Amino acid sequence: MSDPSGTTPPGTAPITRDEVAHVANLARLQLTDTELDQFTGQLAAVLDHARDVEGLDVADVPPTAHPFELVNVTRPDEVRPSVDRDEVMAQAPVAEDGQFRVPPVLGEAP
Amino acid sequence: MTATTTTASAIAAAVRSGSRSAREVLEEHLAAIEAREPELHAFNLVTGDAARASADRVDAAVAAGEDPGPLAGVPVALKDNLCTRGVATTCSSRILEGWLPPYDATVVQRLAGAGAVIVGKTNLDEFAMGSSTENSAFGPSRNPHDTSRVPGGSSGGSAVAVAAGFAPLALGSDTGGSIRQPAALCGVVGVKPTYGAVSRYGLIAFASSLDQIGPFANTVEDAALLLEVIAGHDPMDSTSIPRPAPDLRAGLHRGVEGLRVGVVRELTGDGIAPDVAARVTAAADALSAAGAKVTEASVPAAIYGLSAYYLIAPAEASSNLARYDGVRYGMRVDAPNTPDMNLATRTAGFGDEVKRRIMLGTYALSAGYYDAYYGKAQKVRTLIIRDFAAAYADVDVLLSPTSPTTAFAFGAKSDPLTMYLNDVCTIPSNLSGDPAVSVPYGVGDDGLPVGVQIMAPALGEDTMLRVAAALEATR
Amino acid sequence: MSDATLPDGWEMVVGLEVHCELSTATKLFCGCANRFGGEPNTQVCPVCLGLPGSLPVLNDAAVTFAMRLGRALHCEVRPSVFARKNYFYPDMPKDYQVSQFDQPTNVEGWLELPDGMRCGIERAHIEEDTGKSTHVGGGGRIHEAGYSLVDYNRAGVPLVEIVGKPDLSTSEQARQYVAELRAIILAIDVSDAKMEEGSMRVDANVSVRHPGEELGTRCEIKNLNSLRSLGRAIDYEARRQIDLIDAGDRVIQQTRHWDEADGRTHTLRSKEEADDYRYFAEPDLVPLDPSAEVVAAIDAAMPPLPADRRAALVQTAGVAGPIAAIAVERDLDGLALAAIGAGASADRVMTHIEHNLSDDAARDLDPERFAALVTMETGGELTATQAKQVLAEMVETGGDPSEIAAARGFEAMDTGAIESLVDEAIAADPAAWEKFVGGDDKVAGAFVGYAMKATKGQADGKAFTALLRERRAATGS
Repeated sequence: MSDPSGTTPPGTAPITRDEVAHVANLARLQLTDTELDQFTGQLAAVLDHARDVEGLDVADVPPTAHPFELVNVTRPDEVRPSVDRDEVMAQAPVAEDGQFRVPPVLGEAP
Repeated sequence: MTATTTTASAIAAAVRSGSRSAREVLEEHLAAIEAREPELHAFNLVTGDAARASADRVDAAVAAGEDPGPLAGVPVALKDNLCTRGVATTCSSRILEGWLPPYDATVVQRLAGAGAVIVGKTNLDEFAMGSSTENSAFGPSRNPHDTSRVPGGSSGGSAVAVAAGFAPLALGSDTGGSIRQPAALCGVVGVKPTYGAVSRYGLIAFASSLDQIGPFANTVEDAALLLEVIAGHDPMDSTSIPRPAPDLRAGLHRGVEGLRVGVVRELTGDGIAPDVAARVTAAADALSAAGAKVTEASVPAAIYGLSAYYLIAPAEASSNLARYDGVRYGMRVDAPNTPDMNLATRTAGFGDEVKRRIMLGTYALSAGYYDAYYGKAQKVRTLIIRDFAAAYADVDVLLSPTSPTTAFAFGAKSDPLTMYLNDVCTIPSNLSGDPAVSVPYGVGDDGLPVGVQIMAPALGEDTMLRVAAALEATR
Repeated sequence: MSDATLPDGWEMVVGLEVHCELSTATKLFCGCANRFGGEPNTQVCPVCLGLPGSLPVLNDAAVTFAMRLGRALHCEVRPSVFARKNYFYPDMPKDYQVSQFDQPTNVEGWLELPDGMRCGIERAHIEEDTGKSTHVGGGGRIHEAGYSLVDYNRAGVPLVEIVGKPDLSTSEQARQYVAELRAIILAIDVSDAKMEEGSMRVDANVSVRHPGEELGTRCEIKNLNSLRSLGRAIDYEARRQIDLIDAGDRVIQQTRHWDEADGRTHTLRSKEEADDYRYFAEPDLVPLDPSAEVVAAIDAAMPPLPADRRAALVQTAGVAGPIAAIAVERDLDGLALAAIGAGASADRVMTHIEHNLSDDAARDLDPERFAALVTMETGGELTATQAKQVLAEMVETGGDPSEIAAARGFEAMDTGAIESLVDEAIAADPAAWEKFVGGDDKVAGAFVGYAMKATKGQADGKAFTALLRERRAATGS
């Protein structure tokens, strides 16, 4: 789905296979080559359709993060019952000594 | 239809007065389920035993002279993305297969408090991503009017449950039309409330700024009854509007004399099948005959809704679904290290549509693309909100089709983009946060149900349902 | 001023990021207890476990504590928005951390070191803590582990991340910055800020350059569990970078882990994965917009901060900066100010505090009585030695200095008595007197010794010696 005029603005070029592979990695998804091709085509089509907003002048328009504008929603600093550990650990794929067990992690957290 | 087409309002009244037992009502519905569920697959799980215990409790309360609640003995089906403690909640995904939540969603608690009897968890498109239930990991649901057709989605199972008489009420969730579109395709009433009117605590998130839980019912009055029970401020949800549940039934049948109805220009025309458009025209005429002032209205930015939605929703979803990593619950596919375990688990556990949206969303948020995609979409959202507000300066409610077509055949919309176009009429009100309802209004050329959509300004459910009820009365 | 350990022509630039666990009763987004040391996964709920369907609700005490900390650092409190920082790690229940990104609660403040130097504070924002992983098997280090166990008790604990500007130029300044920050945090009671327990965590960004040059590439150093480690790590890292550059290599921007045992920093990351956190505004939370009244109330309730307390001693009592700093550090400035305010000599007050009072001892000492004691000393009624003894007894019994002195017979000797004592001493050792008159000053010690023995140590040595000299001068030929 390439832009026939050849003047695709930066940041709105159709998504490439490499970008799909990169994004899949960021999202911890592994794709086969066939899937990579297929998804690239499908995602490019969706993004291409989304280019209809390109022409809109939204420079002075503020973004909407919430449709209903609430502010300062908080709760008092009061202890409430925690959940039963057994009930939670029973759902763990692998548990040991009341903790969640995972294979080696490879490196420190960012 | 079966004998189970008594309304929820009637059932509740009968059970409360003691003239019918909750147990008897339940058995009737369980029998209906048994008869047609194998064919329709509305449910991922039927919770017969637990339902019987609930029904017995209701009957005991009535016998003891206690107030059993406004939904006493009414069977209710829950979309399987609503957390039910100790009861499997899968989102129709392999990655959550077998997961038992250790808590109930707020709406589930409210239903229990109202005396409702939960009969089961209904099928959906995986993680609520889809418009047909064809994306369910456990097989699609089928439209009761024609089983070769989809029921719509993502809350297809709930729509089927009500349309097929399995339960007079069901809950679904609506992010881009997932209650209204299946309601239209199955010929039932479906409501998406104002964003924040119903607590999302316990609704497994798809797109946080768009998701809302809402009712399916056979009548507008029943939908209003259910909405009254589940709506109202919840301190567990920061986005919950700080107001109590509204009274929606008091003025429901007041009629539409003098109300101004605007038919949305941008949602008629090319993208809409002629037989569907004809039903919207008929609805407009009927409302006019009933005393409403019907005019044309315009929401120009609505045509950009699809684009904005398919950037915002997947972006939020890509983040909301990151937690499914095989560490704490759900499926785990082992690997020598955790990153590879995450990779293997998510790759095996998610279906294609979910993967597609996660990648689309990750891309829209990624470095270098944020401004062009997600950032811009949030601004388009503002334009849509402004255009709706401008339209509502001149009308009280807006009218449009719910779905561009009647129910399509399985496999007919295999191309993702084609499938996304199903949501063109419903998406704008998800982006604006305003309420909307689909009311069944006749059939298309193929004899399949057509739904007509009524939209209202934020917190305008009472006016919106009043118009819906008036329309329903003209059928 | 360049650090003495760096070779000539080099300077280091240090910016510190400090994470501070707030001492609220509950976690940031849920009502689970915020308490250290519970059995694993017993202080958890659907929210802090990030279970499907859960939603966060902000703890109002955490917000207040965060604003208080910001104001104590002279920051501007702004309307703020929470944001999701997306990355995968097993100690993160949601695989995103709720933090603040481009609209943090506190911005543009500063912190004053005891010597008066100001270090800029870029921001102090609110975020949630992660769970804790324990590595099992292998050498206990991450890259050798057999597997990991995760406990989410800590997940969701409220943190404030304080990002300091790169205004520090020595490891000593960095240590002072952290010590001062900690003192501020304790003064305003928002955290117990213990590096050893992890309630205060310090990461150091270190780079080097030739003076006048642009900022060099920096490395972030983690795993600093004490002030000592902080200092050692910064000095090591600066050296490491200088050596690299001198050898013709470049410094690569990376995160490095300090190893206390071998005294070096190491890289840990096996993959060169660029961190794209894909920040976006948290849709499950709404913005914070504190009113001017709320911020004013926080300011009004602000206790005196260390810098204020140092300034009070310096400005009102004329105490020297470094001495004031130590007194404040020991929490004895209140006593000092009160005593000085009651008229006692600042010099003697500070000397007693420095040498003759332990922190515990000083705690219950009545400032008025302390002042009276010091005045007795400076007025000549008590010798230094006597004053010290009276003070010790005051600390023990809480008694009145005049009474204690009288009970001990510490009446200061009047001039006549001292004169008699001088006569006696001279008479006792005429030979020594001759030497003294002849110019041998050392011999005075013998007379002082006599005086002390005769009075059982109560003589005022200085006054005695002064009279002795006077007598010599008067003899003068």
